[in-house]
Amino acid sequence: MTLSRADVEKVALLARLELSSAELNLLTPQLQQIVEYVESLNELNTEGVEPMAHALDVANVFAEDVVRPSLPREQALANAPHQDGEFYLVPAVLGE
Amino acid sequence: MRLVEQTATQLLAQLNAGEVTSLELTRACLDQIHRVDSRVKAFLRVRSDAAIATAEEIDQRRKNGQPVGRLGGLPVAVKDLLCTAGEPTTAASRMLEHFHPPYDATVIARLRSADAVIVGKTNMDEFAMGGSTENSGFFPTRNPWDLQRTPGGSSGGAAASVAARMTPLSVGSDTGGSIRQPAGLCGITGLKPTYGRVSRYGVIAFASSLDQIGPLGQTAEDVALLLEVIAGHDPLDSTSVARPVPRYTQSLREPLKNLRLGVVQEHYGEGLNHEVAAAVREAINVYKSLGARIVEIELPHARYGIATYYVIAPCEASSNLARYDGVHYGHRADEKRLITELAVERARLEQASDQAGLDRLDNALVKLYRRSRAEGFGAEVKRRIMLGTYALSAGYYDAYYVRALKVRRLIRNDYDAAFKSCDLIVGPVTPDTAFNLGEKSADPLSLYLVDLYTVTANLAGIGGIALPCGMSKAGLPIGFQLQGPAFTEETLLRAAYMFQQATNGHQHPPAIVTTNA
Repeated sequence: MTLSRADVEKVALLARLELSSAELNLLTPQLQQIVEYVESLNELNTEGVEPMAHALDVANVFAEDVVRPSLPREQALANAPHQDGEFYLVPAVLGE
Repeated sequence: MRLVEQTATQLLAQLNAGEVTSLELTRACLDQIHRVDSRVKAFLRVRSDAAIATAEEIDQRRKNGQPVGRLGGLPVAVKDLLCTAGEPTTAASRMLEHFHPPYDATVIARLRSADAVIVGKTNMDEFAMGGSTENSGFFPTRNPWDLQRTPGGSSGGAAASVAARMTPLSVGSDTGGSIRQPAGLCGITGLKPTYGRVSRYGVIAFASSLDQIGPLGQTAEDVALLLEVIAGHDPLDSTSVARPVPRYTQSLREPLKNLRLGVVQEHYGEGLNHEVAAAVREAINVYKSLGARIVEIELPHARYGIATYYVIAPCEASSNLARYDGVHYGHRADEKRLITELAVERARLEQASDQAGLDRLDNALVKLYRRSRAEGFGAEVKRRIMLGTYALSAGYYDAYYVRALKVRRLIRNDYDAAFKSCDLIVGPVTPDTAFNLGEKSADPLSLYLVDLYTVTANLAGIGGIALPCGMSKAGLPIGFQLQGPAFTEETLLRAAYMFQQATNGHQHPPAIVTTNA
């Protein structure tokens, strides 16, 4: 798989990262190198192998449906860079 | 021997016997930090006043004959990946430089109720991504054995704190070797527990199916003491396992009879430093002399471990780190500036009737996300987010992510088969001794390959312990690793203890501890 600079730009948008031209120039060959390396996995026949997403074979863990104390709003908002005491504030996206 | 040079177990006995107070010990550790940490740089933050207050409170309780927790006033350093209520927790990232978590991680709560004295938060690779602590968003940590070299990572600060005798114990995390590798490179003992043994609640997530919190100390006995406190089921972490926690410190002294140690020929192939190979072989001979039987085993898919890991871990990381959006918490870019920039750019594109350019232009919110993340994350974190996003993107998901999950199963199956004929696997923990700072930073893949012997335990979810077994000619520690089936921490610790009773390599501190600055 060959990664172009345009591919990397597209991934940067998906990843919500703003990358400078210099970063794109550096990352494109680096990602290419890593992707080539991980493609060694294609040497293996994995037909019929069950994918293993997790080390534990746990079933769903249910919690009792009871109300417990949670973080008060002021604490939950305390680390927000921009808030009005009730809501997180973001730049307007509607009506553009 | 100076107070700070003693093991946690020795110190705890003195605390409980009233021969030393927690305040004296805490002050001694703070003095040692003051003496050496301007050179080692293991700590991001030292909480001197809070530590002294905690120590005094514990001493008072002990004096009054009131109950004192199992750690009895022992100073502990904590990797800055674990949330401490009301106190900065950064994961060594600029993204979280001003983050004050509203709650304690379960491990922190357990440390507090066991009467540990948390003296500070240790440096690490940003979001635990790296193997040298050079990816810290703040500064690199140095190896106490040679200040030009890396302590390893990502728990480099945690390992250096114990190695330079700044604290008798540290808490670290291990996603692909981040406890065992720095323990090996710093000449101390570090254990990565079985996945699910220790709660991850309140631990800043890197790769959730691989992350595990674990103890570092001078000896297996010290590590057992700390594991006993932090292990156990936590209703707040649905992946923590509801199994009783053995009293590791009680069973530790029982030697293992008829121990079968698995040896993997492939471990000794290309890329393993010959001094490391010789020291590990010597460690195996020690076990032989203690009556262990050596069994040849095969882990045929282990050589795909790094490739598998560097698909799965970045995929999980890209998902986990999506939460850093400049809105809920963490760094946010200058909003006014970027809105002005967007307006200027829009006007320019309209002027030029560049419709394609206008279509590509981010809206203000997307721009805010992108710039906040670009400013907050360091290069390695960006690289892994990019890699993971790519591997999970439409059209590549099956080719990379699902394939890696299948190979992960094969790696796990190899271990299951191997543990039918042996109790533990013995081998190297790192392919080489500590490398120079900057040596591998230009080539990310070369640094990934350092995790060769450790990542497979994370992929399989099993436990592993690293402990010292010698010194190189250049005076750098060499470690080795024992790996065991899930939930056999008792066996790992007993085997490590046996080795440390028969040898004395773990008792030598680096020169920075013994010489006056």
